[in-house]
Amino acid sequence: MRVVAAMSGGVDSAVAAALAVDAGHDVTGVHLALSQDRRAMRSGSRGCCTVEDADDARRVAGELGIPFYVWDLAAEFSEDVVDDFVAEYAAGRTPNPCLRCNEKIKFTAVLDRALALGFDAVVTGHHARLADGELRRSVDPAKDQSYVLGVLTPRQLAGAAFPLGGMTKQRVRAIAAERGYAVATKPDSHDICFIPDGDTRGFLARRLGALPGPVVDAATGTTVGEHQGAYGFTVGQRRGLGVATVDQRPRYVLDIEPVSRTVTIGTADQTGVGEVRTAPPTWTAAAPELPLRAEVQLRAHGAAVPCEVRAAGDGGLRLLLDGQQRGVAPGQSAVLYDPDPVRGDRVLGQGTVLGTA
Amino acid sequence: MTYLDHAATTPMLPEVLAAMAEQWGRVGNASSLHASGRAARRTAEQARERLAASLGARPSEVLFTGGGTESDNLAVKGIAWARREADPRRRRVVVSPAEHHAVLDSVEWLAEHDGVEITWVDVDPHGRVTPAALRAALGDGEDVSVASVMWANNEIGAVSDLAALADVAHAVGVPLHTDAVQAVGQVPVDFAASGVDALTMTGHKLGGPMGAGLLVLRRDADCMPLLHGGGQERDVRSGTLDVPAIVGLATATALAVDGREDRAERIASLRDRLVAGIMAAVPDAQLNGPPLDDLLDGTPEGGPGRLPGNAHVSFPGAEGDALLMLLDARGVECSTGSACSAGVARPSHVLLATGADAARARSSLRFSLGHTSTPEDVEQVLDVIGPVVERARRAGMGRR
Repeated sequence: MRVVAAMSGGVDSAVAAALAVDAGHDVTGVHLALSQDRRAMRSGSRGCCTVEDADDARRVAGELGIPFYVWDLAAEFSEDVVDDFVAEYAAGRTPNPCLRCNEKIKFTAVLDRALALGFDAVVTGHHARLADGELRRSVDPAKDQSYVLGVLTPRQLAGAAFPLGGMTKQRVRAIAAERGYAVATKPDSHDICFIPDGDTRGFLARRLGALPGPVVDAATGTTVGEHQGAYGFTVGQRRGLGVATVDQRPRYVLDIEPVSRTVTIGTADQTGVGEVRTAPPTWTAAAPELPLRAEVQLRAHGAAVPCEVRAAGDGGLRLLLDGQQRGVAPGQSAVLYDPDPVRGDRVLGQGTVLGTA
Repeated sequence: MTYLDHAATTPMLPEVLAAMAEQWGRVGNASSLHASGRAARRTAEQARERLAASLGARPSEVLFTGGGTESDNLAVKGIAWARREADPRRRRVVVSPAEHHAVLDSVEWLAEHDGVEITWVDVDPHGRVTPAALRAALGDGEDVSVASVMWANNEIGAVSDLAALADVAHAVGVPLHTDAVQAVGQVPVDFAASGVDALTMTGHKLGGPMGAGLLVLRRDADCMPLLHGGGQERDVRSGTLDVPAIVGLATATALAVDGREDRAERIASLRDRLVAGIMAAVPDAQLNGPPLDDLLDGTPEGGPGRLPGNAHVSFPGAEGDALLMLLDARGVECSTGSACSAGVARPSHVLLATGADAARARSSLRFSLGHTSTPEDVEQVLDVIGPVVERARRAGMGRR
């Protein structure tokens, strides 16, 4: 196959590209320039696609003897990921920008361009297994990234390859070290790549400005404070609420109402939800018959919980959870899995959380 | 491999390799006083004299540098500083927006950090600076420290009439620097006859080594140094002379200048065939820069108005990046214009300066022919260009 290896400059994508070369594919390395304000050097585990990252990727491509180019997708990334991120927070929701980037950038903008230019697939360093069109969790549960790939469609998966899904992160670093790649010890990326200082609330405040509103305690029904922007809150959040409560019991964000900008908080016993409603889902294969039993993961690093998946009248899904779950935030993806302890849990699809009951 | 990127760098000439290899085997710092040092000095000075002869300069006007970027920085900053020190009113520098980044970024640095004011000279739609445009930008010249206009543009090949421009600058008492990196060996360049005060050239664009360049600087031109140290080059540039590189530079320049007419004619005819073939394969392609047969002041005596090896073409609806990648995969090496350090292609500032829109600038490719180019190279491009453009158009233009 003729493939594009998306090379961020990190260890995962370097090894993924190397494995694609080893597998006999005709590989072209591509670094995505996603930031409109490129910094020269990266600092620690934060930020992305600095010039230094591009150089790291180019260095590995040079060792592999493959062509290497930088594709400038900063405009696409800004519109489809960053603006979407800000708009979602402004609407009181909690988006997952990595999932959006996979959906709109890596497996739409990059894949479409690659296919148009005569390539067959895009290879990435994601930790997930993909074989016979079936997307499954990585063998390394700590590094599994199937959640942020759960939005991909059969057409997108047909143009994707994830060579690292069958190995642990430790093994990936060992392969990089064996090959002498300097990125073998490069720190993992954390946080949101376009917020290099890690201060999401500050980033949103700069983009959205102060949008004050009341903080209402559902336990007492009274307004207990004022916030400077509902975008600073996520459903399920406990820390940093900035309000004092009479009974000294911890409070959690229960709801964010974007029109009146009301942030409702409540006690632990008020946070549990038993049912999740989602927008119309995407499926990784042909749409399954509903209802069905599955496991659902409700945020990037959450545990999967058993549920019954039912069709809702509006084309969305109703997920009836077997137990109560906390911190189910609208805007996150509810990714559905078919448990399989042997081959890895298979991703069925996902729907964006609209609300809970 | 079809190498059509001679404006980026050229293969070294075998005579250059041989001359440099011989010199690498010898010890001697040209500043040392013993026999080995004297021998190195003699070799360097012979090279200086050869270079002066090739360029129509006096040996004492030839200053060795580490390449074109250093020479541009030295000329623009050094003359600006020296002339402002002599008269603090001289705060302005006058340059064209189509200059190489070595000049552009130098003057922008001066503007940001050193209180210098930039006046941009308009370029005409072919990318050329006219005497009238320079005259307008200079004004009475009293507050201008230096003007800089490139002899030939590295992207679209436009050649300006430096003799006429030097007259304009001197009429108001302003020294003129020219970046002649692309011009030497391609078009007639005579330092003394042109009247310019400072001229940049480099070895690796004409079959010589990388990292070896010149600033040809009139003896009466004041220029402050960027590099301080041993004061080797007229106290304007310090650093141990790289004698092997200097020998390579002199050998390459002599060969390029002596053989210029025949080679230019041969390369221009290959280039014309390339452009005609591209236009036949892709009828809506657009040639950027001056017409292929352009002549300075309309007469053969003025010399060519476009570099003989330059073909710069826009392919509407196709991204230069994609075209380059597809050609690279088919063994054809060219450029989208000037490469950026991070490898992200930006719309050519030169095309934008000529009034082209961003889409045209982003859809362009530069093929630059040189001393190793052959008819087979041209046929190789013409064999693949049609399907490559078609495929790149399918991938579209992105959202930038």
